[in-house]
Amino acid sequence: MSRPSTLSDAKLVQRCRTGDADAWNELVERYSRYVYAICVRGFRLSDDDAEDVFQDVFTRAFTRLETLRDDSALKPWLAQLTRRRCLDAVSSQSREQTADDSLVDEESADMEEIEEAFALREAVAGLSETCQEILDRFFAQDQSYRTISDELDIPAGTIASRIARCLVKLRDELEGRNEAAGGSRE
Amino acid sequence: MTPSYDEERLGELLRTLRPAPEAWVQAAKELPFARRTIDAIVERAEADLAFRAALIADLESALTREGYEPDGRVVTEIRARLVDR
Repeated sequence: MSRPSTLSDAKLVQRCRTGDADAWNELVERYSRYVYAICVRGFRLSDDDAEDVFQDVFTRAFTRLETLRDDSALKPWLAQLTRRRCLDAVSSQSREQTADDSLVDEESADMEEIEEAFALREAVAGLSETCQEILDRFFAQDQSYRTISDELDIPAGTIASRIARCLVKLRDELEGRNEAAGGSRE
Repeated sequence: MTPSYDEERLGELLRTLRPAPEAWVQAAKELPFARRTIDAIVERAEADLAFRAALIADLESALTREGYEPDGRVVTEIRARLVDR
C-alpha cells in the first residue's frame, strides 16, 4: 500500500495540469479504489464492464482536467463521471436483460457506504505506516495472518493483537477528527 | 450526529475500498504516455498519407511495423480519431 502524500486535491489537480507525471500517479493511487468501489459495489458491474468504466473515467479525467471549475471538487467530479459511465453500462445491459428496479436504491445505500469508507481511509492515513499496512492487508486485501507476517516480517502470533491495537488507534483518530470538526464549528 | 465505530463497523468500512486490479491501475497511470503516443501517431497520419492509408488498412499491423505497442485502448482511440478526420 503506497503512502498517500498530504497534497490537497486542488494542488494535485494543479500539478497534473502542468504535466507532472508523479502528480497524475498520485491522483490515480488516491482515487483508484474509490472509482473501483463505485463500479463493483455501487453498480455491481461485471469485471469487463468495470474495467471499461474504470479506464474510461481516468481517461476522461485526464483529458478533461482543464474543464474542472473547482480544483478542490475533484472527488465529486470523479464520482459523477464514474456514476454516469456506470449508468451507461447498466442501461446497455438492461437492453439485453430485464432491468433490476432495486438497483437504484441499493446503489444509493452503497454510495453512502463508499463515501464513509473514503472518509475512514483518510483517517487511516493518520496512523503509523505499519498500522496502515496491517489494516489494509487484513481487511481490504483479505491476506492471512501468515501472509501478513511473512510480508511485513512481523511474528504471526502478534498479528491479531496488532490489528486490535490499530483499530483502537483508528477509532481514536476518528474521534479526534470528529472533535476537531465539532470544535471548529463552534 | 457523530457515527459510532465499533471494531466490526471499522472492519466493514475497511473492506469497502478494496484495491482495483493492479493492471487497471497501471494502465490508468500510463495514460499521459499513451496520450502522447496517440497524438504523435495521429499527427504523423495527418502529415503522411501513406502512413495514414496503412493505418486505415490494418491498424494493428501498421503500428507494430512502426515500433508501437498496439495496446487495445490506443488502437481504439486512434481508429476513432482517424475516422473523425
